[in-house]
Amino acid sequence: MDLNFFITTCIGTIAFAIAAPILGCLISGFDRIISARMQGRVGPKLLQPYWDVRKLLGKDKVAVSGSEDTYINLALFFSLLAGGLFFSGGNFLLVVFVITLSSLFFIVAAYSTRSPYAEIGAARETLQVMSYEPMILFMAVAFYQVVGTFDVSGVFLLSQPVICTAWAVFLGLLFVLTIKLRKSPFDISSSHHAHQEIVKGITTEMSGPTLAKVEVMHWVENVLFMAWVGVFFVYSNPISIVIAIVAVILIYFFEIWVDNNFARVKWQAMLKWAWIVALLAGGLNVAFLAFF
Amino acid sequence: MGFASKSPWVIHYDASSCNGCDIEVLAALCPGYDVERFGIINTGNPKHADIFLVTGSVNQRNIAVVQEIYNQMLEPKVVVACGCCACTGGVFHDSYNVIGGVDKAIPVDVYAPGCAIRPEAIIDAVVEGLGVLEQKAEALKEQQKKGA
Repeated sequence: MDLNFFITTCIGTIAFAIAAPILGCLISGFDRIISARMQGRVGPKLLQPYWDVRKLLGKDKVAVSGSEDTYINLALFFSLLAGGLFFSGGNFLLVVFVITLSSLFFIVAAYSTRSPYAEIGAARETLQVMSYEPMILFMAVAFYQVVGTFDVSGVFLLSQPVICTAWAVFLGLLFVLTIKLRKSPFDISSSHHAHQEIVKGITTEMSGPTLAKVEVMHWVENVLFMAWVGVFFVYSNPISIVIAIVAVILIYFFEIWVDNNFARVKWQAMLKWAWIVALLAGGLNVAFLAFF
Repeated sequence: MGFASKSPWVIHYDASSCNGCDIEVLAALCPGYDVERFGIINTGNPKHADIFLVTGSVNQRNIAVVQEIYNQMLEPKVVVACGCCACTGGVFHDSYNVIGGVDKAIPVDVYAPGCAIRPEAIIDAVVEGLGVLEQKAEALKEQQKKGA
């Protein structure tokens, strides 16, 4: 393996492991405040997600399965590695696979508990992965077609941002982003709201410090997914980074609005529409880029 | 103040309440009272909860359920008996099937009377419970230090 690549990935992963939980925690805090305001409530303090995680770390350690915690550790590690690969300008396709591996470890962790409720959540999480994965792969392919390489750092050499020629893929990404951010109507595997959930979906058997790690993993994932949105706007002009950040904020606000205005759908509808969108937005865009 | 009292997640169980208290528990979560201001979230999962809100009296059928939920909760944990029935059995105290208040099944930390309990009283009771939660968190920390 190329030593240079190894070192940049290590540095990127460590930097991401420090910065992403802080940023993700703040995003989560704003998310809860904005959601509360949309419902006519005041909502919690900005640092509430941080306090939640600190409280969970102080809880008693009880696990149904001895291997659950190991799987969660691996899921957290691979989500950090995916972020590190992405922000050090690494291979985008590899980022997609590594973050999927993280999701798979999360699913296996839920299955390892043998709890019927956690198994329902895990089965639903699997359906979510099945739903968004085709669109995410189309996105990686379209990225390669536009940039000429899978390396994320390639966008800084472009004369125009990726979104100019891959806007249909971008719209498709927005559709599956709701699944990836675990927002209604696609919060099938585990909802934030107790009264529409079978116990607590995929995290039913995860408690205390293990649940704290799951929360941190969600923060980190959210930062990575929003960076995917941002990368569509970046090109050789340095100002484009500012534009990307503004676009990411607007799109996250839109996701919160969607979360608060749509009721959860059945998994059949999620799977059907995610694949239709992937084939239309992703497939046609990729075909267009390939043949024209 | 530690982190235990900054993010009290509750689980609500209706033992055999007439639903009066249950509606008030939910009202406390709605915009009018908005207990999420204090970090309170209603979880449907005993393993995630710190505070156990019980409404209604304990009877022969549900005593095992109340105990099961309590046993599944992780330390530190606090039990709040919401409303007269949960405190003492209330108007149903001499019913043939009713055992009595929640303290007949599990240790109760805070008693919150009322028929039906007012949302303000629920918030007061939970805030009262936070003090107990904090003490228990400290005790657990000491215990873990000794064990390690």
